[in-house]
Amino acid sequence: MNAALILDRRRLLTGGGALIVSFSLTNAFAQDQNPAAIPPAPKPPGSLEKSPYLDSWIRIDADGSITAFTGKAELGQGFKTAFQQIAAEELDAPFASLKVVTADTKLTANEGYTSGSNSMKDGGTAIMNAAAQVREILVAEAAKRLDVPAENLRTESGAVIAPDGRKLSYGELVAADMLHVQARSSSKLKDPATFKVMGQSIPRVDIPAKVTGGMAYVQDLRLPSMVHARVVRPPSYGAQLTECDPAATEKLPGVVKVVRDGNFLAVVAKGEFQAVKAMQALSAAAKWKENAQLPKQDDLLSVLTTGLASKDSVIFERGNPSAGGQKTIEATYTRPYQAHGSIGPACAVAQFTDGAMTVWSHTQGVYPDRAAIAEMLRLPPASVRVIHVEGSGCYGHNGADDAAADAALIARALPGVPVRVQWSREQEHAWEPFGPAMVTKLKASLGDDGRIADWNFEVWSNTHSMRPGGAGCLLAAQHMAQPFAVPAAKPLPLPEGGGDRNAIPIYAFPNAHVVHHFLPDMPIRISAMRALGAYHNVFSIESFMDELADLVGADPVEFRLKHLDDPRGRDVIAKAAEGFGWNKGQKAAQDRGFGFAFARYKNLAAYCAIASEVEVNRETGRARLVRAVAAVDSGQVVNPDGLTNQIEGAIVQSTSWTLYERVTFDESRITSIDWQTYPILRFDAVPEKIEVHIINRPGKPFLGSGETGQGPAAASLANAIANATGKRLRNLPLTRKRIKDAFDA
Amino acid sequence: MMTVKVNGRDHQVDVEPDTPLLYVLRDDLKLNAAKFGCGLGQCGSCTVIVDGKAVLSCVTPMVLLEGKQVTTLEGLGTASRPAPIQRAFMEEQAAQCGYCIAGMMMRAQALLQRNPKPTDEQIRAELAPHLCRCGTHMRILRAVHRAARLMDTAELAPADNRSAQ
Repeated sequence: MNAALILDRRRLLTGGGALIVSFSLTNAFAQDQNPAAIPPAPKPPGSLEKSPYLDSWIRIDADGSITAFTGKAELGQGFKTAFQQIAAEELDAPFASLKVVTADTKLTANEGYTSGSNSMKDGGTAIMNAAAQVREILVAEAAKRLDVPAENLRTESGAVIAPDGRKLSYGELVAADMLHVQARSSSKLKDPATFKVMGQSIPRVDIPAKVTGGMAYVQDLRLPSMVHARVVRPPSYGAQLTECDPAATEKLPGVVKVVRDGNFLAVVAKGEFQAVKAMQALSAAAKWKENAQLPKQDDLLSVLTTGLASKDSVIFERGNPSAGGQKTIEATYTRPYQAHGSIGPACAVAQFTDGAMTVWSHTQGVYPDRAAIAEMLRLPPASVRVIHVEGSGCYGHNGADDAAADAALIARALPGVPVRVQWSREQEHAWEPFGPAMVTKLKASLGDDGRIADWNFEVWSNTHSMRPGGAGCLLAAQHMAQPFAVPAAKPLPLPEGGGDRNAIPIYAFPNAHVVHHFLPDMPIRISAMRALGAYHNVFSIESFMDELADLVGADPVEFRLKHLDDPRGRDVIAKAAEGFGWNKGQKAAQDRGFGFAFARYKNLAAYCAIASEVEVNRETGRARLVRAVAAVDSGQVVNPDGLTNQIEGAIVQSTSWTLYERVTFDESRITSIDWQTYPILRFDAVPEKIEVHIINRPGKPFLGSGETGQGPAAASLANAIANATGKRLRNLPLTRKRIKDAFDA
Repeated sequence: MMTVKVNGRDHQVDVEPDTPLLYVLRDDLKLNAAKFGCGLGQCGSCTVIVDGKAVLSCVTPMVLLEGKQVTTLEGLGTASRPAPIQRAFMEEQAAQCGYCIAGMMMRAQALLQRNPKPTDEQIRAELAPHLCRCGTHMRILRAVHRAARLMDTAELAPADNRSAQ
């Protein structure tokens, strides 16, 4: 059943002139294995659990070249370089002799979505263990051939070396099927003290192309005879196309075809700008019947807490009747809908040849996207191949999957011809699935000892993932004449959670009660955005911690430490405070303020604490982050500069969300449709300095880092604004107007 | 047919005069660096240099480019022979997704050509039209400062072919 796949791999290899010896001719693909064949517990670590064959992860060719495979997608986080470091380290092979192949349904394991800061934990762990086990296999083979006990052999620079100096390269040692074995549950991993490649800030492998105009993005794909398509989207959710004039559009210069399928309307032209002009003409002549009824954007608090039906569950309960509080306060925090706002709008290329569809996409999940596109086209999944090619940074589920579906639907109408679809800025802003609006209500009591005795937390939220998930998650499939219904929303399960991500306090409160009000109805199109519910929940919890500390005149850092047992959490708090020069009783300069916040992402991933200094202009209400100092513990560090880059970026992006960002809409349409109507942070608001302190934990599991900074950055900023102004702002974003109004109140 | 001079060479392209330069660069000349970001002149991803000035190629129609010199990031250097601005961005690892970076680099290059020693404030003001969503701003600022220093050195000794790799 793998004949076609193997042929393809052969082509890939013969193209490079290598002799094919290193991969199996039988069942080469772990994802095709019958799960029943996988032995029961203990499971191998990371994504090896689901794709246990070593050759799904590591391939060695006869010429000694090494390829590491991962089903995760590089989104600009830089993990591709980190994975190459991990494989080089555990294989004892030169970094430059390796390459990493990422998400492709024909080549790599199914690692689901690249999300949740899980790439290092899932794929990084799989590659680390697979590489270590491959190295053991190669050493065992060398022991046989050299007649030397394995324990007397060492590995270096892609070769096994005997005490007498005899040497066999990995390319010489590897043979057919040798790596087609299932991973064991544990590996002989290297002692972190001996690491040469891991732990080093190796320059990112993708940056040279990106700064010299090399091919780097799906937008840069130019296939022979490729045509350009543009989609005409409805003016609002659910609008019906009642009239359009394909014939007139088809007469325009360069136009190849107008594709209409129900409410799905697109135009294809030879030239890209011809497609843009044709789209404008097609759009101008199209008439739609609109029926969307969007909620009141200025009243999201009541829309979420009373307007939408909720399914309520108590997700955490802890009781200790002996602890009682005297001083009680309550507060409500809100977050609006917010946009991913990729700088490059969604783009995809698709080609339908001989009944098989190939799609090049910046999707975060090639396998789920393949299943959804296959369902939409009523093709068997095996007839659809989805290849990840980098796009502009996505920060979650944006228009990528929808553009992939658009391209596939249009390409089906033009067999053999590669079709490139590029969304407009306005389409990306209006149609991407947004980060959901949220409401949190908190109530807590303080005891005489200045400790929190009782903690109540309630959160109202939609789900935080409407990723495919089936064709019904794709716009094109929703708009077809025979449409696919949007699937019912489901809350994401704890311990990771969705709207309730980080809703359970990490602090040791004697009494705590946490309720998740899950809102199944989604009046605005939403899905996963970086950190999911953790952004708002951490903003709420950490703002409220400061409100409580203030009530008893406690220092915010001391107050947190007083309630936190987790030693790694305490360490990042101490480190950020020290790096910032945080002093108890400190007072910022006039119109400046200091703020602090902490969280452990998902309560099970990386630890991050951030101290901030802001400046607030009393006249205008403008708040500016002056400096931020972060401390992060992400377990074993692979690339310190890569980790620093992620945290720096999180702080700047979260500052933008927190100070400026809100999706706007009227009764029927999204009205924030470009960078004028959805402003984000520009260079005039960039802080003077951001410092990131890493606490490395050699040999500890990878905890990931992509999302850990979002919540703490927001709360730290809000706390600093409260410190500067003496006013507590609880509704995001903390705009100029809201700050000015608070001053004037 | 229209003629446009890009990176020192004349190119004949068969496009309508209202076609924005961006599409000609990307589709006709197959150059990757200038990016489509908004098509509205709001984000800076498409920035190239025209006669020494940073220009938003997504809103600049071909008809305005008669007799002018267009420079794109490809015209400055290559991965193996990077220009100072490219070396600086590699050395500072000043990218996450990198989509906005080419545009940022072109405006920074134009700035450094007319003001070889800009202050931090001047760099921030110059880059104001540019958006970065990954939050790579601190590194971008450092890279522009580094590029200024590299260009200063490069004037004394011609650029070699060192790469950050």
